[in-house]
Amino acid sequence: MIETMLPWLINIAIVMGTILTACAFLIYVERKLSAYMQDRMGPNRVGPFGLLQSLADGLKFILKEDVIPRHSDRFLFLLAPVLAVLTTMLAFAVVPFGPTSENPDEWQFVIAPNVDIGIVYIFAVGSLAVYSIVLGGWASNNKYSMLGALRASAQVISYEIPLGTSILGVVLLTSSLNLEDIIHFQADNGFWYWNIFTQPLAALIFLTAALAESNRMPFDLPECEQELIGGYHTEYSAMKFAMFFLGEYTHVITISFLFSVMFLGGWHFPWIAEPGANTTLDWALKIGVLVAKVAMIIVLIMMIRWTIPRFRFDQLMGLAWKALVPLTFFNLMLVMFTKQFDWPLWVVTIGSIILFVGAAGLNGILAQRHLRSLSVSPSSSTALGPV
Amino acid sequence: MPIDQKDITWVEEPSIGLWESMYLPAIAQGLATTVRHIFQKPVTQQYPEQRPQLPLNYRGVHRLNRDERGRVKCVACMLCATACPAHCIDIVGDEAPWEDRDKYPIKFEIDELRCIYCGMCEEACPVDAIELTSIFDLTGSTRQEMIFDKDKLLSVYDKTVNDGKDPARTTRGVLGPASDNLVPPERMAWPIDQLPAAEQ
Repeated sequence: MIETMLPWLINIAIVMGTILTACAFLIYVERKLSAYMQDRMGPNRVGPFGLLQSLADGLKFILKEDVIPRHSDRFLFLLAPVLAVLTTMLAFAVVPFGPTSENPDEWQFVIAPNVDIGIVYIFAVGSLAVYSIVLGGWASNNKYSMLGALRASAQVISYEIPLGTSILGVVLLTSSLNLEDIIHFQADNGFWYWNIFTQPLAALIFLTAALAESNRMPFDLPECEQELIGGYHTEYSAMKFAMFFLGEYTHVITISFLFSVMFLGGWHFPWIAEPGANTTLDWALKIGVLVAKVAMIIVLIMMIRWTIPRFRFDQLMGLAWKALVPLTFFNLMLVMFTKQFDWPLWVVTIGSIILFVGAAGLNGILAQRHLRSLSVSPSSSTALGPV
Repeated sequence: MPIDQKDITWVEEPSIGLWESMYLPAIAQGLATTVRHIFQKPVTQQYPEQRPQLPLNYRGVHRLNRDERGRVKCVACMLCATACPAHCIDIVGDEAPWEDRDKYPIKFEIDELRCIYCGMCEEACPVDAIELTSIFDLTGSTRQEMIFDKDKLLSVYDKTVNDGKDPARTTRGVLGPASDNLVPPERMAWPIDQLPAAEQ
C-alpha cells in the first residue's frame, strides 16, 4: 500500500512545494517586469536585487490583523479563500510536469498518471474556482464585493464556453482527453504537428479565454480598482487576501502548463527532447524544456497584463459571445471535416487563418456600419438643435 | 447667436480597416512599446542615498540670515508676518542694541506645519533676512518641535550657508537694498561671488 502511494506523495510534495515557491517568485518577477516597463526599478531593498521581497510580503501577511467584518457571513467568508487555492491546486493533479510513459513501472512526472478524462477533470475543477469569487463577494455583504462577484461569475461562465470548445479541436485530433496522450501525439508526429501550428486559431482563443478565466488584465473586471475598490476581495485582509492572490497566480501557472501541454508539444522539442530518449539526462532535459515553455507563456501573460488596458464590460461580453464562441464552433467544424475526409492537417492551419481574417473583416465592416449610423451628416444641421 | 456653418469643423472617427480590426497587430505594437521600455534606463532616484538635485528657486524650510558680523539680519519690520497668507510668522521686536538699526527681533517664530511655503515672506523682506532654502525633508515627532524659533532658524542658516546652494533670489552677507545706505560702499559689491563671508 505504502509502496504504491509513495510516488504520489513525492509528486504531490514536489508540485505543492514548487508551485508555492514559484508563486512567490512570480510575484517578484511580475513586479520587476512591470517596473522596468514603466521605467522604474521595482523592489530592490529586501535582499540582493529585492529577491526576498515576496518573503517579506508573506511575513507581513501572516503578522497582519485578520479582519472578519461583523456583518459578513462568517462561514462562507472563511470558505471562499480556501476554495480559491484548493480548486486551482486540484486542477494541477492531472497536468504532467515532465515526461510520462505508458509503462506504470517507470517514474511518472504527474500526480495522477493516465487519467483518461484529464481535460474534463481540469475544466470541472477549474470551473469551481468561480465559487470562491461568488462566495467571497456574497459573504462580504458589501456592494462593491457583490458587484465584483457578479461580474466575475458572468465573465467566467461566458468564457468557459470558448475555452472548452477551443480544446475540443485538439481532443478530436488526438482522439483522447488524456493530457499525456496529447503530448505524445504531438511529440510522435514532430515539430510541425504541434497544435499551435495545426490549430493556431484554437490556441489564440484558448489563451484569450484562459486569461479571462483567471481574471487577469485585460479581463480583470471583477477586481478593477477604479470602479469596485477591490472587487470581491475588498473585505479580505492579511492571509485570506494572500490566499486569493495565491489562487490567482496558481491559476496562471496552471493555464500556462495547459497551453504548453496542449499547444506547444509539452516536453517535446526537436533534437533536444525527443520521445524515444529515456535516460536520466533526457528526463531532465524534457522537464527543462517544458518549464522553459511555461515560463515563456507566463512572461507573455504578464507582459500583456501591463500593456493592454481593461475592457469595458459590454466589450468583454461581446468578445466572448459574438467573436470567440462562433469562431470556436467554426474551428471545431473545420477539424471535424478534416478528420472525416482525411484531409492533410495543413488544411486546418490555412482554414484557421482564413477564419480569423474573415472574422476580423466582418468585424471591421460591422463597426464601420455602426459608426456611420451614429454620425450625423454635415448637411443636416438639426443635430445642433433649433437655430 | 446661431453658429455659422463655416465655423463648424466636422470630425469623423477614423475608420477601422482590416488590419486594425484584427486586434493582434495592435497588441503586438503595444507589446513592442513595453518591451522597448524594459531596456531603457529607469528614471528612479534611489532617494535616501541619492539626493535630488533641486533647482535653486526651490521653496523649502526657512532660514534667518546673519549679517557680516554674525548678528541676525532681521530688523523686525513685520513685513513678512503681514505678507504671510497662513499667519505662521510670529515676531516680537525690541530696540536694537546696535548702532546700525533701530529694531531687532527678540522672538522670531515660524510654524513650519502651518506654513504653505509660498515664499511671500522672502519677497516681502526689505533686508533679505528671511530666505527659503532647498531643505525639503523636514520631520518632527511633535507639533511643538515644528515651531522653529529664532535660534533654530539661525542654525538652519549656519547649516546651509556653506553648502553652495544659496537661494537664487536673494543675496546674503549684507543687509538688503533697504539698508543700502547703512552699508559701507566697498561692501556693496553686487555679484554673489564677491560678497563677504559671514563672520561667525
